[in-house]
Amino acid sequence: MIGTVDHTVVNLTVFVLAVFVGYHVVWNVTPALHTPLMSVTNAISSVIIVGALLAAGSGTSDLSSVLGTIAVGLVAINTFGGFLVSQRMLQMFKKKEPRKR
Amino acid sequence: MSANQVALSYLAASVLFILALKGLSHPETARRGNTLGMIGMTLAVLITLAITRRVELALLAMAVGGGVGLVIARRVQMTQMPELVAAMHSLVGLAAVLIAIAVILHPQAFNVPFPVPTGNRIELFIGTFVGAITFSGSVIAFGKLAGLGKHSRLFSSAPVVFPGQHLLNLVLALVMLAAGYVFLGASPVNQWPPFVTLTTIAFLLGVLIIIPIGGADMPVVISMLNSYSGWAAAGIGFSLDNTMLIIAGSLVGSSGAILSYIMCRAMNRSFFSVILGGFGGAEGATTTTAEQKPVKSGSAEDVAFLLSSAENVIIVPGYGLAVGRAQHAVKEMALKLSAKGVNVRYAIHPVAGRMPGHMNVLLAEAEVPYDQVFEMDDINGDFGSTDVAFVLGANDVVNPLAEVPGSPIYGMPILEVHKARTVIVNKRSMASGYAGVDNPLFYMDRTMMVFGDAKKVVEDIVKALG
Repeated sequence: MIGTVDHTVVNLTVFVLAVFVGYHVVWNVTPALHTPLMSVTNAISSVIIVGALLAAGSGTSDLSSVLGTIAVGLVAINTFGGFLVSQRMLQMFKKKEPRKR
Repeated sequence: MSANQVALSYLAASVLFILALKGLSHPETARRGNTLGMIGMTLAVLITLAITRRVELALLAMAVGGGVGLVIARRVQMTQMPELVAAMHSLVGLAAVLIAIAVILHPQAFNVPFPVPTGNRIELFIGTFVGAITFSGSVIAFGKLAGLGKHSRLFSSAPVVFPGQHLLNLVLALVMLAAGYVFLGASPVNQWPPFVTLTTIAFLLGVLIIIPIGGADMPVVISMLNSYSGWAAAGIGFSLDNTMLIIAGSLVGSSGAILSYIMCRAMNRSFFSVILGGFGGAEGATTTTAEQKPVKSGSAEDVAFLLSSAENVIIVPGYGLAVGRAQHAVKEMALKLSAKGVNVRYAIHPVAGRMPGHMNVLLAEAEVPYDQVFEMDDINGDFGSTDVAFVLGANDVVNPLAEVPGSPIYGMPILEVHKARTVIVNKRSMASGYAGVDNPLFYMDRTMMVFGDAKKVVEDIVKALG
């Protein structure tokens, strides 16, 4: 027997595959939408809020949960703001009906 | 809820994030993509709340932060997008550092064994220093983009350089790695001194890395920090053993890396030369030769006449358009011209403005239809058959010296504005561009300069068009 695979190795596998997916998906993004791409990726990276929530709600009242709570508050700005500002921008890229002419 | 159910929900959220990015391949599908991203995020947050023991405080913090985010998202002007994005990167970086500290303080809350094993320590080390660099670097980038240079030299849009800069950075980086190494083998009793050292140095490095980079290189910097914020999230994902965080972080990390690459290619500069910084003089520096050569300058009325008698016009927007917030006036002008039967199109250089896609968003805000807006490679062949090319606040991206071997910007892909029959250039003054290189375009016989603020000039043209 060679034993079970370490967690870190599984994570590394996921990581490498996700980088490949990201690489191929992002090359297909049209240059006109590069600014929305940034704000959307920004919003997505705010999924780090998951870690902050775990720290904030750990049930202990030590420094760890205080830091977690601060982190939740900070990242929530991105979570909400990032997606909404993207939506506002993308709304502008809507195809305009040919009303002028 | 079992751990497997949680993991499967996280998988669903990860897939939704990938679909969100996939949607951005076309303006028509982009909004749906963004909605999918929101659904993914909602799912991730709800599932996490379901497994946290105490949610009151977390919910309160989320309501406060979310409220601030909502207000900002509604109020921010499109010309301020670069600053906003930089500010948001800094928050992700800071959160990564805070979470890493929380994990070290209280590993059990995250299902991490106590004392924290070396493997997790490596991941925490990486997440912390990347997060710290992202934070302080983004703060500096924010200051530069928001024009806080007059308050502190740290935020100056001109490169801040001093002797021994690269050596200092190298030494600091090595000390940080050494502190990291000590931290890996440390016990819960003596882990804080090395951890605090490495975090402090990382904060300092973030500042030192960004200050030597000047204003026009901002598209690269902001893409790079975008990438870092992703890697920081992925690093935290590793230490929390959370695959969703790893996937989301990697998507963002690779996205930012690709954007940095595209921006560097558009300036024909290597990533390292941008990062090492100090390129070009201060913005607004004039070269002595510039003042002696004669230029033809004209009034808004002259421009109106030239534009209305043309058949094909290509508008080339640059940073000056963003500074002057002239996008709506430009749209107005284009409408008037279209009504006169003039074919108006827009040409966008990849590094026009202060962040990737900056000009596209401004034009979209002014309701310019996106099928009139062209990327460099799609429109460059058409300048030869264009009657008037109207350059609004762009300089280096239309400098024909880029085609002359030996010039400092040689090899940079440019919009071939100089091939148009008539060239109109709006600038605030004769100052040379960011690269500090004089622009022969301005002295051509076929070129007419119109000096003044972009918005004012275009509004005058609109008036003159009647």
